Amino acid sequence: MASTEVKTGIHTSPEAARRLARRYRQEAFFQFMGLIAIVLALSALAWLMASIFGTGLSAFRQHEVQITASLDPELIDPERTGDPEVMRRGDYRTILQRAIYDRFPEAADDRKLRLQLMEVYSVAGGTGFLRDFVLDNPGRVGDTVTLWIPASDDVDQMLKGKFDLDVPQELRKVTDVQIAWVRELQASGELRASFNKILFLNTDSRDPELAGVAAAVVGSFYALLVTFVLSFPMGVAAAIYLEEFAPKNRFTDFIEVNINNLAAVPSIVFGLLGLAVFLNFFGLPRSAPLVGGMVLALMTLPTIIIATRASLKAVPPSIREGALGVGASKLQSIYHHVLPLAMPGILTGTIIGMAQALGETAPLLMIGMVAFVTQIPESITTPASALPVQVFLWSDSPERAWEERTSAAIIILLGFLTLMNLVAVLLRSRFERRW
Amino acid sequence: MSEQAEGVRMSRPVGRVDERASVKIAARGVNLWYGDKQALFSVDLDIPDNHVTAMIGPSGCGKSTFLRCLNRMNDTIDSARVQGDIRLDGQDIYAKSIDPVQLRARVGMVFQKPNPFPKSIYENVAYGPRIHGIAAGKKALDEIVVTSLKKAGLWDEVKDRLDEPGTGLSGGQQQRLCIARAIAVNPEVILMDEPCSALDPIATDRIEQLILELKENYCIAIVTHSMSQAARVSQRTAFFHLGVLVEMGDTADIFTNPQDPRTQDYITGRFG
Ligand SMILES: Nc1ncnc2c1ncn2[C@@H]1O[C@H](COP(=O)(O)OP(=O)(O)OP(=O)(O)O)[C@@H](O)[C@H]1O
Ligand SMILES: [Mg+2]
Repeated sequence: MASTEVKTGIHTSPEAARRLARRYRQEAFFQFMGLIAIVLALSALAWLMASIFGTGLSAFRQHEVQITASLDPELIDPERTGDPEVMRRGDYRTILQRAIYDRFPEAADDRKLRLQLMEVYSVAGGTGFLRDFVLDNPGRVGDTVTLWIPASDDVDQMLKGKFDLDVPQELRKVTDVQIAWVRELQASGELRASFNKILFLNTDSRDPELAGVAAAVVGSFYALLVTFVLSFPMGVAAAIYLEEFAPKNRFTDFIEVNINNLAAVPSIVFGLLGLAVFLNFFGLPRSAPLVGGMVLALMTLPTIIIATRASLKAVPPSIREGALGVGASKLQSIYHHVLPLAMPGILTGTIIGMAQALGETAPLLMIGMVAFVTQIPESITTPASALPVQVFLWSDSPERAWEERTSAAIIILLGFLTLMNLVAVLLRSRFERRW
Repeated sequence: MSEQAEGVRMSRPVGRVDERASVKIAARGVNLWYGDKQALFSVDLDIPDNHVTAMIGPSGCGKSTFLRCLNRMNDTIDSARVQGDIRLDGQDIYAKSIDPVQLRARVGMVFQKPNPFPKSIYENVAYGPRIHGIAAGKKALDEIVVTSLKKAGLWDEVKDRLDEPGTGLSGGQQQRLCIARAIAVNPEVILMDEPCSALDPIATDRIEQLILELKENYCIAIVTHSMSQAARVSQRTAFFHLGVLVEMGDTADIFTNPQDPRTQDYITGRFG
């Protein structure tokens, strides 16, 4: 290129070549910086994911121990009533103890050993499993049955390699004799690891091996339902009014500024507002997904309004004019032509808002959706927890087993978020085809 | 048809308004402001029925603005304020009793840039009749769609693809679709704002023929930047300059014997 000395126009002179080279250098530099930014962002994300999945995945497996228990009628239903209420109150703890002592008779005589032996099994879990079994099969009372019950959280953690077994016995959660029993159970096939259904089906519990996210998932679902039902129609209607109908004056400018400000208000402030207004003033039930959803709706509204207004603005004015030109009323032109075109943007904004709401913890703490909930909420007014709150609660608990469960709950939360985004993508492509 | 086309291509404009033609739209003393800026200054203009009236003038002189006064499209612009008297069949269209939505059904509009709805070809044409409840049932609606597309000279090209999106047509076809959409509601007046500015000569020619056919049944007002187009399709021409209606008369007179020096300069291409 430099050899074309013949013509020396301003675009072919050596100076021009230098300018060109500089332009390319700048471009290359910019691209390089952009790449670095992406690599940094991706590696941060990868690190986060690796750490969450690294700790959390093991929670999806749980060790179980087999017990052979004799369902002594004297302990369950001494009067032989067959009444489920009576059977519910049976002494399953003793049945469990007997079954375990029968399995390891050498420990049965020593009080210390007995206590250690019971720590291998999940006592609360075993009692509950036995009760459930009897209530499901009342005819089996009197028989000797074989059941799988959860191992205790410490045994489970030990088998997952979370404990250093080389340190002296006093510094460990599991003693040497407990390890010996576990090995024996393993050798005889009475101890196995299986998929942790409990994590999905159970509600919160004091015992890690019995804790699950069901109440939190249902609570989050109800709260989001309330959030959606309130914030979507309200947000879209407000945005349509502001964008298409409201006169442009100081007052609407003021409203616009305030909506933008609301989007930046820390979520805990909305929680305080919910506490003051919904709970104290209107006397709505505490800890209920109804109130949680209302607070989250307040938080989501600005997001939806801003997204809706932006996508309404993006619809070419020629479409409106075309509709008005054939004699459509303003509302008709909006409903028939503008809204369908704005829908992908509106839905994306809504789902982003809902995803934010799903992950929001602080306002829920304020209105008491942080309760220890052991029952799956039946309606939007029964006390419930929420997924992020569950994460928060578990992360605060001392036992080692909570660590992996916290991460597992985060994974479940991320799963729901991914699902919601997937829905957003699907809806988007569905509506976009109509262009 | 071929005879008409011949006539259209004649270099000497022959357009004249029939003396018996009635005035469809009469505008008197129309002033318009966009905020503080006045865009139209006391415009007086009669638009005859069953004729084509062309509006010409340099860019920014207020042609579109005036056209949009005739179907109250300027109502949608917050800053626009109209003053004066515009009568459609003797009735003041800015009167309180007039509903702009209903007015726009009577005074249809075709825009500069083709703007079909992002829906099927059928839906584009059927939309107007449907919202006005013109067609009684699906059959009647089909009928309207077919005749409108035929009148707009688009039927043969789209009859097998009525379900395809209107936005998938070529520019010229889209513009004819917009014309079909406008005539489907059976308006009395059709306003066209530079309908051919985005089209090639062949598509332009088709639209011009169409305009000449439509004028038999409609009152047409067209804004154009093409002097030759004004000469070919219109019988009356109005020349605007800086928001003022400078001169108006039969097209043949305006183009051969303009009275005002500004008109003369403009049509001979000395400014624009
Ligand atoms: N929405 C608006 N707000 C403010 N001023 C406007 C608006 N629309 C048009 N104007 C102004 O009014 C004047 C007339 O505009 P108009 O669109 O009627 O011109 P025109 O004759 O149609 O021009 P062109 O041939 O370029 O389309 C111009 O000075 C323009 O800047
Ligand atoms: Mg214009």
